[in-house]
Amino acid sequence: MHSYSGRILHIDVSSRKSHVQNVSEEFLKKYIGGVSLATKLVYDNTPKGADPLGPDNALCFAISAFAGTIVPVGSKHAVAAKSPLTGFIGDCLASSYFSAAIRRAGYDGIVIKGKSDKPIWIFIDDDKVSFNDAADLWGMETFPTEEAIRAKFGDERVRVTTIGPGGEKLVRFANLTNDRGRQAGRTGLGAVMGSKLVKAVAIRGTKPITVADIDKLCEMSHQLGEVAQGTKTEKYRILGTPSNVLSMNRLGVLPTRNYQEGVFEDAEKISGEYMHEHYTEKAVACSGCPIACEQIAHVKEGEYAGARTSVDYESLFALGPNCGMDSMAGIIAAIARCDALGIDTMSTGVTISWAMECFQRGILTKEDFGGLEPTWGNHQAVVKLVDMIGKREGIGDLLAEGTKRAAAKVGKGSEHFAMNVKGLEAAGYDLRGMQTFALGAAVGTRGPCHNRSLAYESDAKGTVDRMKGGPERGPLAKEAEEFAAVFDTMMLCKFIRNCFKDVWTEIPQLYTYASGIAMTPDDLKLAVERACNLKKAFNIREGWQKSDDWLAPRWLEDPVPSGATKGVVVKPEELRVMIDSYYHARGWTPEGLIPRQKLIALGLEDIADDVGV
Amino acid sequence: MTWGSNMAQQFQHIVCDPDKCVGCDDCAMACSATKHKVFDPALSRIRNVRIEPIVAFSVACRACSEAPCVLACPRNALTQNLETGMIVVDNDLCDGCGWCIEACEFGAILLNPETKRVEICDLCADLGEPQCIKFCQKNALYLGVPETVAQKTRREVVTKLLQELSN
Repeated sequence: MHSYSGRILHIDVSSRKSHVQNVSEEFLKKYIGGVSLATKLVYDNTPKGADPLGPDNALCFAISAFAGTIVPVGSKHAVAAKSPLTGFIGDCLASSYFSAAIRRAGYDGIVIKGKSDKPIWIFIDDDKVSFNDAADLWGMETFPTEEAIRAKFGDERVRVTTIGPGGEKLVRFANLTNDRGRQAGRTGLGAVMGSKLVKAVAIRGTKPITVADIDKLCEMSHQLGEVAQGTKTEKYRILGTPSNVLSMNRLGVLPTRNYQEGVFEDAEKISGEYMHEHYTEKAVACSGCPIACEQIAHVKEGEYAGARTSVDYESLFALGPNCGMDSMAGIIAAIARCDALGIDTMSTGVTISWAMECFQRGILTKEDFGGLEPTWGNHQAVVKLVDMIGKREGIGDLLAEGTKRAAAKVGKGSEHFAMNVKGLEAAGYDLRGMQTFALGAAVGTRGPCHNRSLAYESDAKGTVDRMKGGPERGPLAKEAEEFAAVFDTMMLCKFIRNCFKDVWTEIPQLYTYASGIAMTPDDLKLAVERACNLKKAFNIREGWQKSDDWLAPRWLEDPVPSGATKGVVVKPEELRVMIDSYYHARGWTPEGLIPRQKLIALGLEDIADDVGV
Repeated sequence: MTWGSNMAQQFQHIVCDPDKCVGCDDCAMACSATKHKVFDPALSRIRNVRIEPIVAFSVACRACSEAPCVLACPRNALTQNLETGMIVVDNDLCDGCGWCIEACEFGAILLNPETKRVEICDLCADLGEPQCIKFCQKNALYLGVPETVAQKTRREVVTKLLQELSN
């Protein structure tokens, strides 16, 4: 077997035992890796109805055939579990050295179950698994935890993924951090690890990675790497994703003051261009990446002097315009605090903006905030609230539950502007001005996610009328999910997506050079459709209802007040038509359920009895 | 290649520009693929070191004149090619004791755990071009001697000055 290991490592932290499950080449070709394989592991190892923060929830890691090879942007791992934020599948990706460590240790996936009786960290040393006391690490922030563990060995092959105080405190959107700043960021998987009293997973892999045809793999990778220095990735290489700020503002879809508006009057002060000129020190890369999009921003003076972190658009929008913030230094400081505490910048920002709107409307008062006055743009308050969430202090304890639960508790109409779908806070594109993506967000299995549905591309490119919905959007949303799933199962960063002439032939070719497993474009198409259906099947098993595929009231009822999308809402009847057309395109029932025959056709006969109709 | 004749000998070696290096590790991937047909930084003769996310740098043999590794070897297994400066390992004499590794001031020598022999960058002499340089998409790696590096630095400083003046 090349570039795969054929082995899944199962770890039970209750009994402190582990064993290896052997898996066949056929199984690996079927699930490929990444999000698809991780979801399969969650489906098989988490019993129906499990409490996301209970011992039964399986926290699953999966890599793919490219991890630790020279394939550009191929060193990524997926993490999945039942999400404590949504109760559905929570699937995340993170990049850099950790994936190669899993491969070199000889595994395709890792399943962690149970609950320890005291804080521990797990060390996977090739074939040996040990459980180590984490008393000295508990309470520590993310980067120091990683350094402390690596310092115990003095061996650069040791790679660590860790939770911060947020994960320990079960913040429902806590994340996992590896390699000093890469996060499996969304859906609260850090809380899942924290609930098991596992502070970190460290891996030392020492086995060289073999591939089926190394010369051809190197040659094709080199060509792809060269293309990736050209115009197809220019946006990412020069300004990074923060270049979106001004583009989204022009389109009128830059979420501003908790999605009350789509245009931020001070966008110039917090734009990618402004950051590049005043704060960016260097663009760096994840391991295995020839693009290098990661903009490391550094605040050198003022009250946030010393704050340094990588800044992406999604973090920037959520803690920036969405909180009315025109202080670039304040935004960088808030992001850096999220990263240190190990909490998702997006959910943190959108939850804080919800709280700020509650303050604006008198639903929450200065007393509720412990004396803080979180007016729009008050960066001191925002940075303080980030800290309070990460430590569950004061009102932070309420906000650590996310917008859905916090709004249900506070009430008084605050549900109207709790900007989530299925409990996951929304991404940085106002859905009213991007209605294909509104559909993608409504039906997304992990919630409203720009990484799992690239449906916003048809809106942004203008191939459809982005201000309204229609029945032609169902097939578009299906295609957009499956295109994303190619990258999320093969484990390639999507920033290379435009460097291929034909994704459906070139990626299977790379896969075959790596693994030696023949794969046709049709095989890949079937595999990604299977992956999307498997995630949906998990949700159905966990109690998904048709009403879960819907949007927060603001998008449906509040017309955008100004800018390019002025006056627009997502009309409920158009959203319904789009959702129906999506179910139809997927071959599902009008109720959004998966027919048995469909599951069987996708090779998912083993779960047809669980969820098929 | 030597630089001048009336100064201490300087041999060409792989130079890394830390401003351009993004820490992707592809140099190490290319090296282990070329020399061992596997991907494994531990089997690479060039190693990328990243301490902070922002600080990345690759290190390979610097072809020192009067190389300490050669002097340190108790078995005379290492010799320096006087024309290219490259260190040649005699695998029959080397027993993997590691003295050369400890003597190297740059951490540029690798002990192959399988063969128990040391390995040192040879600039891929048989391939015409060091493969790490070929695969470095950011052009952070190039062949140079200290004097060419200094020349390049001087030019960059002055070019920057020129840009600032014209702004």
